[in-house]
Amino acid sequence: MTTSGDVIVSGVTLRYGTGAKTVLALDGLSLTVKPNEFAVIVGPSGCGKSSLLYLIAGLEDLTGGSIAVGGKTVSGPGPDRGMVFQSYTLFPWLTVAQNVEYGPRRRGVSEADRSQLVTRYLAEVGLAAFRNHYPAQLSGGMKQRVAIARALANDPAVLLMDEPFGALDSQTRHSMQRLLLRVWDHSHKTVLFVTHDIEEAILLADRVFVMSGRPGQIRKVLPVDFPRPRGGDIVLDPAFIAMKREIMGLLRSDDDEDH
Amino acid sequence: MSDKSPLSTAFVPFRPIPVGLAITLGILVWALVIGGWMLLTYGGRVPSMFLPAPGKVLVTAGRLIADGTLLVHTLASAQVVLIGFLVSSVVAVPLGLYMGTYRAVQAALDPLVNFIRYLPVTSFVPLFILWIGIGIEQRVAVIVFGVFFQQLVMIADAARSVPRDLVHAAYTLGTKRATTVRHIVFPATLPAVLDILRVTVGWAWTYLVVAELVAAKSGLGYISLKAMRGFQVDIIFLAIAMIGILGLITDQGFRLLRRTVAPWAA
Repeated sequence: MTTSGDVIVSGVTLRYGTGAKTVLALDGLSLTVKPNEFAVIVGPSGCGKSSLLYLIAGLEDLTGGSIAVGGKTVSGPGPDRGMVFQSYTLFPWLTVAQNVEYGPRRRGVSEADRSQLVTRYLAEVGLAAFRNHYPAQLSGGMKQRVAIARALANDPAVLLMDEPFGALDSQTRHSMQRLLLRVWDHSHKTVLFVTHDIEEAILLADRVFVMSGRPGQIRKVLPVDFPRPRGGDIVLDPAFIAMKREIMGLLRSDDDEDH
Repeated sequence: MSDKSPLSTAFVPFRPIPVGLAITLGILVWALVIGGWMLLTYGGRVPSMFLPAPGKVLVTAGRLIADGTLLVHTLASAQVVLIGFLVSSVVAVPLGLYMGTYRAVQAALDPLVNFIRYLPVTSFVPLFILWIGIGIEQRVAVIVFGVFFQQLVMIADAARSVPRDLVHAAYTLGTKRATTVRHIVFPATLPAVLDILRVTVGWAWTYLVVAELVAAKSGLGYISLKAMRGFQVDIIFLAIAMIGILGLITDQGFRLLRRTVAPWAA
């Protein structure tokens, strides 16, 4: 069994810089992600959606408010919040298998158990044959699949994903989305996924959180009721298109306020 | 294109060339240099007192190898370079990694290091002789002084350029902040550190000769200086060639080491 926790973000403010050059990135943002929920945050670039993820991961310090994951207040990074980044972050000096077992190894999991985890999660992302390859020998999509396997093998309470498919070509991106849906159907781990791709957001999410431009706030929360397992063809469903239109409208009205 | 001659593609910017052509070009330049040398000496254009003929250098090499002189002085020099380079590297690698990782270490050391590293090492030779005499310690000190600060700055740069998200990913997998240098910065910079060591060991040879020319009773710099007094230019040539050969061997050694301990890096 895998662990899953909730995420409670209450009144979070994030301010960069000092003096006259201060930028208010997030202004009293609140949201709750339920255990086992797949939540997607969609918003215009620069709205602070990635910053929010870094705050939940504990990789940045918030200016005000508080964040709790699985009942514990966030005060720094920790293995209970796994993360997949937009940039490639596999350790280049470790093989694919050694990357996947990195977290369990830090925790002192036995070699036999680690080997089992590697086999299981590499099979999950379809890379069993690449156990002994180095990251430099993999394509971009394969690197992100290993990154997902590495995050899941450490069994975090929540999985944070910061535009993980943003650097991939559209073919690869679509196959990665389907792969993530499959993987998630097996684990139902709490996921908080950030993207600027509206279609990706609806395809993956149980709920879509639409963010406004800077300073970032949650503009609207939309439940997505398409049954799972979902296939790629639901993007053609009229209800899907209607939802896409609504989110586009929400993001565009935000644009209009700026200009 | 297959219908083009190798030479016409050789002048396309950044275009790879066939291995055979690359080797031929390398040999050609060596042949030109040695050919020019032969022309100047055997052609009688330069007196042998200033420029010995290639044959003479080879004969001298044979004589000094046979009586063991060359080996003794080469080993004496290599020993000083090895000690100086190791002493410097053993401190510079960890300190440089911490300097590049922790802003406080950088802030503390940067002003001093950047001042010292622009001071000419040669100007410290008299001071070192005064302080530590003319033994092997003096030559080691010159090498350490010449190499250490450069190594420190270059290694700190390498540590600073470790991608932040690589470190972030390690934290989200349970790496403690206190172990970042050991678990992430060190392995991530290993290929770059080995390259820096490979480059700086060459500088160590330069400073060795400086130190040996001033005060030494053995070593390749010392026999060069002695040979100069007796107008034995062939011995000076031999000493220089020895340093070149040792440099080549060290360079290949570091390349081999890099391929062995960092096989993941291209």
